[in-house]
Amino acid sequence: MDFLSTLISGLSVGSIYALIALGYTMVYGIAKMLNFAHGDIIMVGAFTCVVAFSTWGMNVFVTIILSVVVCVLVGVLIEKIAYKPLRKAPPLSVLITAIGVSYFLQSTALLIFGPNQRSFPHIIDIPPIKIGSLTISGEAAATLACSFVLMAALSFFINRTTMGKAMRAVSEDKQAAELMGISVNRTISITFAIGSALASIAGIFFGATYGFIGPYSGSMPGIKAFVAAVFGGIGSIPGAMLGGILLGVIENMSKAYISTELSDAIVFGVLILVLLIKPTGLMGKAINEKV
Amino acid sequence: MKKFASFFLSLTMAMSLLTGCADKNGGSAGSSDSTDAQTVVIGGSGPLTGNYATYGISVRQGALLAVDELNEKGGVNGMKLELKFEDDEADTTKAVANYATLMDQGMDVSLGATTSGCSIAIAEEAKKDGLLLLTPSGSQKDCTKYDNAFRVCYMDPDLGFYSAGFIKDNGLASKVAVLYDKSNDYSAGVTEAFLQRAKEIGLEIVTQQAFTNQSNTDFSTQLHAVKASGAELLFMPIYAPEAAYVLTQAGKMNLDVKFFGADGMDGIIEKIGEENLQYAEGLILLTPYSADSQQEPTASFVKNYKENFNGQVPDQFAADAYDAVYTIAACLEKSGAKPSDKDFNEKMISAMTEIEVKGVTGTMTWSKEGEPTKPAKAVQIADGAYKELK
Repeated sequence: MDFLSTLISGLSVGSIYALIALGYTMVYGIAKMLNFAHGDIIMVGAFTCVVAFSTWGMNVFVTIILSVVVCVLVGVLIEKIAYKPLRKAPPLSVLITAIGVSYFLQSTALLIFGPNQRSFPHIIDIPPIKIGSLTISGEAAATLACSFVLMAALSFFINRTTMGKAMRAVSEDKQAAELMGISVNRTISITFAIGSALASIAGIFFGATYGFIGPYSGSMPGIKAFVAAVFGGIGSIPGAMLGGILLGVIENMSKAYISTELSDAIVFGVLILVLLIKPTGLMGKAINEKV
Repeated sequence: MKKFASFFLSLTMAMSLLTGCADKNGGSAGSSDSTDAQTVVIGGSGPLTGNYATYGISVRQGALLAVDELNEKGGVNGMKLELKFEDDEADTTKAVANYATLMDQGMDVSLGATTSGCSIAIAEEAKKDGLLLLTPSGSQKDCTKYDNAFRVCYMDPDLGFYSAGFIKDNGLASKVAVLYDKSNDYSAGVTEAFLQRAKEIGLEIVTQQAFTNQSNTDFSTQLHAVKASGAELLFMPIYAPEAAYVLTQAGKMNLDVKFFGADGMDGIIEKIGEENLQYAEGLILLTPYSADSQQEPTASFVKNYKENFNGQVPDQFAADAYDAVYTIAACLEKSGAKPSDKDFNEKMISAMTEIEVKGVTGTMTWSKEGEPTKPAKAVQIADGAYKELK
């Protein structure tokens, strides 16, 4: 039973990582850049939720929709203002800009909300589920269920719709896609919008699971999700899902059975091992660069 | 304008130097010297700005209230008290600089510093000057390592010792789990003493769980382990921000154990916030002071503090500082020492181990090592507020 409850909390944390990792991997796949500000989007989503639900007293569904809308706007605006002018710039400039945007988001939240943690409203009001001696918290159950639905929907979108096809085309070859009449800028904007929407949902689950949110709450899950994306093979959507969930499970298992203090070291150790054996990550494809 | 200011500054500095000299030479002939000897200057240092500002502000306000009360009653042995308090931002370098500034201003007794690290740094300096140092809240062992240094709060390991005893004596539990922050001196120190005492008095420790400052948001594995261990009580000597996470997550997974913390968790009601306050219900804190006590002198201290400081409820730090000033007053009374005396410091230090002070944090006596002896009390959170546990 102990094993099962550890596994379930691992899966629940892992699916939060997976939702964030999807944003990293999609943006990397299509714009070939690492958007390090992505982790802070979940903080924006969670804070929007706190303000809408606790301060303005909105209903749960309006709150969630508002939080998604705000994150999508922030995500798309960041892309338009900060990254688009750098489309032809060297990758290092874009990377540093992304780190700058991350600090900008954190400092803005710090100015608005102050340095203290805010308690997160009970937005997911589901009683714990009891199966024998096993208790699954309502938040964990909701996180798992919603993440799987969202991931299935995303897979459908990418593989079955015209827009998804356009995204796959841009990720494969930007210039050829443009010649085929696909608007690269529009595709990149949509990618940022989807990534940010997933991040806002991840932010809500994160806040609901841990109960508190602060200006720096997004950075650690952001880094973990980035690791998950690399673990699964950056650029690969199923890879990000698998990587996120595996990361959460490995983290919780090593906390439970090996050492709470060493869990991060173990997680990164596994990452190094995987990259040594399979340098493109679990599901990444090796691409031969033409010179 | 600037020139005038600097001229004025240098003039005052020169004057303070002069009076300082006269004072230390014990001259009592001049009329100005004798009025100077009528004032006992108490110097304190603590963070008034920055991350830890609440602690320093509480200490300053608690001490200020005590000084004002004593002066209103006509002072101690006819002498007025004066509090000088400097901001150190919990930075040891600034604390040492503050100590020098305060000495220049004629400090007679030092309140050390508010945080442990700064208090240790000041103790090194105060050792050379030999004056009485009484830190309200420096809880680490080394704060009182010199003969002239004393403290009002418990030393970290003592909290663990008293906590184990309290759990045993009140029959709260026989199977106990421990959760602590391995990367924090306070938490590790209290835990070590707790485990040792628990073994001596026969409390069964069913599981020991740890975390570090790198992993202080997700406590699900530790809490699952606590659940699986069959513990009746979870002892967690950790700070309020982490405790807020632990209590919330435990509440969400329906972990049915008693929660027991120490004085570091002071302020948990504010930290956990209204949304999650229900999860803190029933939490027991071992702390020598409780703001809702109906007993004197605590009740009137809380009332006066609220009146003086915009209705703020005094916390542990304010109470410790208030007691520190009254302790200094008790030393002055006991020894009959005056700052103009040549052996003022020696008289004050030897008086420390002879006095008994009935303070708001309990009735205290001090050992030569600088440690207070006072009864351990516990408060419990009931209906969203601290209640004294009878």
